[in-house]
Amino acid sequence: MSSKIKEYPGVALHESDFAEKKVLYTTWEPNARYAWDTGVAIGRYLAELKRGHIVGTTCHACRRIVVPPRVFCEWCFRPMDEWVYLQDQGVVNTFSLCHVRWDMERVKEPLIPAVIEIAGASKGMGILHLLGEVDPTEVHIGLQVQAVWKPARQRTGAITDIRYFKPSN
Amino acid sequence: MSREVAIIGVGYTGFRALTPDVSYKELMYEAAVKAYDDAGVDPRSDIESFVTVAEDFTEGTSIFDEYVPDQLGAVLKPVHTIAGDGLHGFIAAYMQILTGALDIVAVEAHSKASNILTPQHIMAYAMDPVFNRPLGANPHFIAGLEMNLFLSETGTTREQCARVVAKNRRHALYNPCAAFGATIEPEDVLASDTVAWPLARLDISPHADGAIVVVLASKQRAEELCDLPVWVTGAGWCNDSFSLENRDWSSAVYAAKAGEMAYRMAGIRSPWQELDFAEVDDTFSYKELQHMEALRLCRPGEAGVLVEEGVTELGGDFPINTSGGSLGMGNLLDASGLARLLEVILQLRGEAGQRQIPDVTTGMAFGWRGLPTTSGAAVILSNGYEEV
Ligand SMILES: [Zn+2]
Repeated sequence: MSSKIKEYPGVALHESDFAEKKVLYTTWEPNARYAWDTGVAIGRYLAELKRGHIVGTTCHACRRIVVPPRVFCEWCFRPMDEWVYLQDQGVVNTFSLCHVRWDMERVKEPLIPAVIEIAGASKGMGILHLLGEVDPTEVHIGLQVQAVWKPARQRTGAITDIRYFKPSN
Repeated sequence: MSREVAIIGVGYTGFRALTPDVSYKELMYEAAVKAYDDAGVDPRSDIESFVTVAEDFTEGTSIFDEYVPDQLGAVLKPVHTIAGDGLHGFIAAYMQILTGALDIVAVEAHSKASNILTPQHIMAYAMDPVFNRPLGANPHFIAGLEMNLFLSETGTTREQCARVVAKNRRHALYNPCAAFGATIEPEDVLASDTVAWPLARLDISPHADGAIVVVLASKQRAEELCDLPVWVTGAGWCNDSFSLENRDWSSAVYAAKAGEMAYRMAGIRSPWQELDFAEVDDTFSYKELQHMEALRLCRPGEAGVLVEEGVTELGGDFPINTSGGSLGMGNLLDASGLARLLEVILQLRGEAGQRQIPDVTTGMAFGWRGLPTTSGAAVILSNGYEEV
């Protein structure tokens, strides 16, 4: 179809037409800032990360140990019973190799986001993080990984207090 | 009416200027646990559908509806979120039961206003980006424009508006969960700094955090589960033209239309005589008076005189905002309308404590979605008692 059309009607627009405001438009710079209260569950989770620990909570009704922790069980709709320390290692549940940046520019070394099932928590309970010190072609589902922490004095009580997870020795 | 629907449970938490001890999820969970216990239902097995009310921009998370099921007991259940006032969400839940497909539905709304660091900018986002935003004025000027013409056309005075503030903040003293109870005089309001003339700082309801959950049920399930069902007898909602260039600046037409729709459904001809009390949006002091007139709770131009004469205060002939309203409880963002409804429920159940109005049978809640909207919703409730 389109191959039969020799000439398109209309006027082509160039980037300069926008810059010179030959094409009219309105812009707005956002100023939307928030500070979310972490509350009981996330608050302690982050405080423990700062101390170099991964902590979860247990529901005695469905016998799950969940991470990240919450104060209520979303299955049983009851308060969680106990805080438990988990290991800073686990198994890759699923992963992806992310070859683009935020602006969709391609990158040579892909980021490797992964869901890591944390040892000590119930099956399927994991935290989302990045993998590092690993050849992207070697990553596989079921890979054993362990946390690489920032030095204690650099930790701020954030998920980034863990720099990434790397394959266990 | 095809099907009767009742409120069988209510739960709430807050309302404070700051709630640093809990996350928004923990806040919602607390209100939900209380509501389900009040209703005597298990959300996992009894509640069939959930409606929440939230605005992505005030939450700071887009597609916020994805973030609500866990803390409401709604995982793997029908859930949807409405961007509107809490009463819009309540009416959506009500209509789900009216369909006949569902018997027990919960509705939730909350505010974590304290977590928004740039609330004036978030409010400005609701203004037209081409026509209005480039002018650069703080959006409170919209309330100033409206208040100015309302006062001018009805002869209402700033003093009368200030009396609304004094009344509602006094009412809030008798409401243990209200954030801003105070004994202040109308003079204090008039002496506070001008924000957008004629609107002064104390004419504006300050923000508060909190969460409210309401459980609704069909007649049959309500009578099985509940000793004191509160019946929904009317509901209405309406949006005027949004345009700041040619909207009706003096009278709240959206409120009049929403009210008429609810009155028609409830079979109410003379709201002043047939309702016992009302909770009416008072995001700004003049809004209570403007909404009273639009909702035919008095004659045009009369609202200011009634507040002066004490008719609308606790102990008066037609109490308005016995909860303290938004001026006394705090502006709860999208939960504001549900806060109005909460007070109507508590009054009709005889659970309003120190501020209980004796012998009430029918009350109305009216919510407005706030600046810069022309969006309102009205709900009429009755406890089914005979008028004494
Ligand atoms: Zn459980």
